[in-house]
Amino acid sequence: MAYSALDLRDTIVALATPPGVGAIGVIRLSGPKAIEIVNGVFPGKDLLQQKSHTVHFGTIRGEGERIIDEVLVTLFVAPTSYTGENVVEVSCHGSNYIIQELIRLFIKKGARLAQAGEFTLRAFLNGRMDLSQAEAVADLIASDSERSHDLALQQMRGGISQEIAELRQQLIDFASLIELELDFAEEDVEFANRGELRVLVEKIQRLIRQLLDSFRLGNAIKQGVTTVIAGRPNAGKSTLLNALLNEERAIVSEIAGTTRDTIEEVLNIDGVLFRIVDTAGIRDAQDQIEAIGVEKTLEKVRQSSLLIYVFDVIRTSPEEVRTDLDRLIHSNVYPVVVANKMDLNPYTKREHYFPASEARFADLQWVPIVAKESMNIPHLKEVLYQAVLSEKVGSDETIISNARHFEALEKAYTSLTDVLNGMNQQITSDFIAMDIRRALSYLGEITGEVSTDDLLGNIFSRFCIGK
Amino acid sequence: MFPTYDVIVVGAGHAGCEAAVAAANMGSKVMLATMNMNTIAQMSCNPAMGGVAKGQIVREIDALCGYSGIVTDHTMVQFRMLNRSKGPAMWSPRAQSDRMQFAARWRSMLEANPNIDFWQEMIVGLVVKDGIVKGVRTGIGLEIPARSVVLTNGTFLNGVIHIGEKQFGGGRAGERAATGITEQLVELGFESGRMKTGTPPRIDGRSLDWDAMEVQPGDEVPGKFSYTDTPTPKRQLPCHIAYTSQEVHDILRTGFDRSPMFNGRIRGLGPRYCPSIEDKIDRFADRDRHQLFVEPEGWDTCEIYVNGFSSSLPEDVQYKALRQVRGFENMKMFRPGYAIEYDFFPPTQLKISLETHLVKNLFFAGQINGTTGYEEAGSQGLIAGINAHLAVQEEEPFVVRRSEGYIGVLIDDLVNKGTKEPYRMFTSRAEYRILLRQDNADLRLTPLAQKLGMAGSDERMQRVEAKNDAAEHIEKVLRDLSVEPGQVNGLLEEKGSSPINQKVKLHGILLRPQISMEDLRTAIPQVAELLSGYEQEFVDLAETNMKYEGYIRREQEMVDKMNRLEEVHLHEDFNYQQLASLSKEAREKLSRMKPRTIGQASRISGVSPADISVLLVHVGR
Repeated sequence: MAYSALDLRDTIVALATPPGVGAIGVIRLSGPKAIEIVNGVFPGKDLLQQKSHTVHFGTIRGEGERIIDEVLVTLFVAPTSYTGENVVEVSCHGSNYIIQELIRLFIKKGARLAQAGEFTLRAFLNGRMDLSQAEAVADLIASDSERSHDLALQQMRGGISQEIAELRQQLIDFASLIELELDFAEEDVEFANRGELRVLVEKIQRLIRQLLDSFRLGNAIKQGVTTVIAGRPNAGKSTLLNALLNEERAIVSEIAGTTRDTIEEVLNIDGVLFRIVDTAGIRDAQDQIEAIGVEKTLEKVRQSSLLIYVFDVIRTSPEEVRTDLDRLIHSNVYPVVVANKMDLNPYTKREHYFPASEARFADLQWVPIVAKESMNIPHLKEVLYQAVLSEKVGSDETIISNARHFEALEKAYTSLTDVLNGMNQQITSDFIAMDIRRALSYLGEITGEVSTDDLLGNIFSRFCIGK
Repeated sequence: MFPTYDVIVVGAGHAGCEAAVAAANMGSKVMLATMNMNTIAQMSCNPAMGGVAKGQIVREIDALCGYSGIVTDHTMVQFRMLNRSKGPAMWSPRAQSDRMQFAARWRSMLEANPNIDFWQEMIVGLVVKDGIVKGVRTGIGLEIPARSVVLTNGTFLNGVIHIGEKQFGGGRAGERAATGITEQLVELGFESGRMKTGTPPRIDGRSLDWDAMEVQPGDEVPGKFSYTDTPTPKRQLPCHIAYTSQEVHDILRTGFDRSPMFNGRIRGLGPRYCPSIEDKIDRFADRDRHQLFVEPEGWDTCEIYVNGFSSSLPEDVQYKALRQVRGFENMKMFRPGYAIEYDFFPPTQLKISLETHLVKNLFFAGQINGTTGYEEAGSQGLIAGINAHLAVQEEEPFVVRRSEGYIGVLIDDLVNKGTKEPYRMFTSRAEYRILLRQDNADLRLTPLAQKLGMAGSDERMQRVEAKNDAAEHIEKVLRDLSVEPGQVNGLLEEKGSSPINQKVKLHGILLRPQISMEDLRTAIPQVAELLSGYEQEFVDLAETNMKYEGYIRREQEMVDKMNRLEEVHLHEDFNYQQLASLSKEAREKLSRMKPRTIGQASRISGVSPADISVLLVHVGR
């Protein structure tokens, strides 16, 4: 995002509630002139004389004193506002017409339409939130499922900051011990016990590892789990998708190869989002268009975390199923095998397709269904949900969902590994200290820097040093 | 009576002497004004130079053509390289000096410089016209005209000495305090504060039982500070280590009610890392003993400095307590320890050149800026002297970056963060510690001195180039030269390193943590032959460059990243008040402190990363 110098001094306005018809709409203004602009169209009380965090009832009048709406105006006077600037929130009736009229009026009086994320950017630039909080707000705005919303709220309340802060404090203590050795070697100070240091580093690494592992889940919750439905033509892929979505989305027909393009749909199972891609069928394509479709399918599978392989229990042989799976399954995908049209052959058994001799399929999930009748679809949903949740660390634990956090944690982890390696190779403590500092600075990318004053302050408060 | 000097330096301590020399060696006409010509370059506290981080500073002063290293080399009674068991960045030279010889050597070096004049009198005020300093006023009412002034008043400004319940004005034991300057500066709009420091008793070495103490000898092969051809000591004196005990602590506690530290009479803040003995036993009550370093004051004196026993308790309490220390049973005291309070000026009032924001061509250096230590003072004096000369010549100021030297870290910290307690250098204050080594201060800084045209820098640069060439040559040979298993496996086995089973380049062997260049020299004749042509310091550099290449490169990358911000300049007239998106504190501080670069702005306390983003947005990045 590039904002020019001028932009940051403007007063900005935007609809704060989702667009569309709701009971009320909230229009937010932020910037030095926010209160002045609203005051100019709000006869009655002089808003410039009112205290921060107060609500005022009145009317807003446009051209020729025409009343546009009865509104509630909430004032937040800088710096105690969301953005740190003067903020006014105007709650009006939720009609598109009224909202458009009001925003047009505010712009006419000197505000400018906010760019995406600009309120949050200002909050960040004004020091109202740290970077990880600012990112969480952006996520909150974009979150479109309940669990994702919880996650964003948790980060905003400092969940991840707090957990990292605890790790960091331990690391600062550790770093202080090493620095003590370096700067006060001449003095009668206790030296850092290498065994204890190792235990501490390993403990911190375990915590970081847990956070790192939660990234897949966190990311899944935020972005949705990429899920691909694949199978031979006419296996019932689109019917299954429709059954999962309870809607007619894909074009369903009895003619094989109807679904030429991949179609992406979002499925919400108890708050976990699945981004489901229906694909053209896998077969030895006869024409070029289909060949492209098949290649696309394989590519989609390669990019996905979950694979729903559907086959027709009447028309597809066990050998063909296994051939397909060998083609589709790769190391990062979690496969679920769905046996469709079970009504046509209710005696189909898993063992027929995956005998014990084919050990590589031993752990596959097997779900028999009748897609057309939506039979056993709730069970399939449960299997998909559990597949994601099986990664979960524990219900109350912090989950990271942000690529920047992931990268910083990973680098911190690597630096700590360098610390351990350094100790193993009996490298002198100045180099170990360097790796610790690096780890601290990566953690600092999430929560804020550690200054050398922090280290020295820690040393002075804990150790008797100085001649 | 006086010509108009380019630079007047007020005070002839470590800061003042270096300031005078630096300006004079750049070509300025300098006047060094001191209250007493007999106390030039006094070691007011312990008779030692260097130590961890401080030793690196002394070498940096030397690399920039200052004299502290040379004077120390000529007058040391003991040399030790501290932290030798750690990596090369931690190696820290430290020397005990002969206090009287140290001062005498400094004075004769100053006197040898034709650009330096002297005046013995108290300076009581400055001549300031239209915000520009024009000279100084002396106690008997003389005005000495100058184009710039460097104030290095140490602990003398309104100094008050405390011993128990006694207190009296003084700048140092037996010397009077300086008055007038603080009052005038405050009137000019400066903010002043009070700091406190202390010093231990001096005692009679003839009265001590040396056998009851641990001996701490100097290094068998002593080193030195200067990169020039100064001598290393032919003989050395030992220091000794003694310990306090519960009995000592109990006696000290009997004086607490009369301690100016505890009864609130001393208000100035003292250094946490250099606490008085009463502070130590009060704050760390669980420690049953504290170390005392018993240091000789010189070759020809029995005077002893009791390092670690700084105190402002009543003299009788100090005396009784010390006599409880093992080896001190018959101790005779020359004078008790004392605490001293003095004025300082929060250094956030300075530009990065050490010039004051308020008065043009007026510079501060040393304890007046809230620092402690000869090395910290000397290095500031050096920079202030250089910049006073440059200011008179109307040239751009000289700035050592944080990545170039501890001197850069020191000054950058002072002017951007300020300090509440006396500021001492630690290696942990430097973010690029691996680069700021005592062995490469000349490589880092002498080229800068040459660029400044500092007298003597050309000769020094010849050695710098020879050193670099040598290190490169040695490295090249070791990268090319292979050894057979039979040539090194004996050595590898002896050092607990796994043997090789085919030809390997020597460079690869040296990278093993257990193997040093000395090992290779001993085991492999070709290496011995290669190294024989070079002095040890050159060989050490080659070894460090190779062994720690990865670490050095990583730090260099971080420096390069940081330097991008150091290169974004901010105009001195930049109107921060117009930037509404800056925090109020940032607006206020940036307006007042006028950082030269975004990098410097980022280190001002109260300026957040968000403020820096705003600044970057505004300067168009």
